[in-house]
Amino acid sequence: MFEAVKEIFKREDKEKSKDVAKERLRLVLVHDRMDRMGISRDVLNDMKEDLIEVISKHLEIDQKGLEINFERQDKDSVALEANIPIKNEQQKE
Amino acid sequence: MDGKSYVITSGKGGVGKTTTVANIGTGLAKLGRKVVLIDADIGLRNLDVVLGLENRIVYDIVDVVEGNCRLEQALIRDKRYSSLHLLPAAQTRDKTAVEPGQMRELMEELKEDYDYVIVDSPAGIERGFKNAIAGVDEAVVVTTPEVSAVRDADRIIGMLEAEGISGADLIINRVRMDMVKKGDMMNIEDMVEILAVDQLGVIPEDEEIVVSTNRGKPAVLVDKSKAGQAFWNVARRIEGEEVPMLSLEEGFFDKFKEFFGWS
Repeated sequence: MFEAVKEIFKREDKEKSKDVAKERLRLVLVHDRMDRMGISRDVLNDMKEDLIEVISKHLEIDQKGLEINFERQDKDSVALEANIPIKNEQQKE
Repeated sequence: MDGKSYVITSGKGGVGKTTTVANIGTGLAKLGRKVVLIDADIGLRNLDVVLGLENRIVYDIVDVVEGNCRLEQALIRDKRYSSLHLLPAAQTRDKTAVEPGQMRELMEELKEDYDYVIVDSPAGIERGFKNAIAGVDEAVVVTTPEVSAVRDADRIIGMLEAEGISGADLIINRVRMDMVKKGDMMNIEDMVEILAVDQLGVIPEDEEIVVSTNRGKPAVLVDKSKAGQAFWNVARRIEGEEVPMLSLEEGFFDKFKEFFGWS
């Protein structure tokens, strides 16, 4: 009985399913659009490695947390977005 | 006359394209416009049935482009509005029977006599889509609020842009306001944001659509149909009228509750 009540409250806390749908769509569309533009996922990975290499010369970055993606800006433009977490703000020498 | 041509299309099949074409076409005729509807879904003729004109077909679009008959002979006049005509699809041929060049020629010819030339296209992933959009001025993309249909709509918008038709307008079909309110269905704002297109209409889910399709009488002519009212609003928007979104789909009491922050 108590469990059942808890279950009800848990459901209330859950994220709305339409927001889940929106988030999933956003991601899937980014990849679909990349495919349409003829950009393969390998390109994204290669860029990631290059970015890590270049930036690591100057800053210590969290390599696992690095994310790059294509975001649709509006009707005609797509932007390349990169999120590069820095471990230590100190510059190397 | 210098008419305008539209293609009504979708990525996913079964989202209500043909119903949309029949209702918008009938709505524009009711507004006093000369309208011709072209069923370009060759091999899957359907628009005739939705309009209740299936018994009047003698010639079809393929007969016209192949020169078996004159264009006027293939055009079927609507039962209710004499300014509404249908050019039916061929049932026995495949999607390649009409080439883009022929379609373009046909459009130009029809635009001289009609205010609106509206093409019911096959779903985008199917062959024949490029034929159906040849020579059109504007595109309307129909989707339902499901993830799969919205994903495919995005693909179609991309394909339309690649063919030089940008700025497609969006119609969201089969929206359930009760589910939208609970947060279990995406609303038009969500979809417009994701797809980065303009909105043309929100059509509520309505049992009357089934009834009107059974009867071959578009819901736009049925006063009690909520979907019919929403299609009527779309027709008026196409005519340039300012009609607020959701004005009829949402009742007075909902607005009242919203105003006081109770919803």
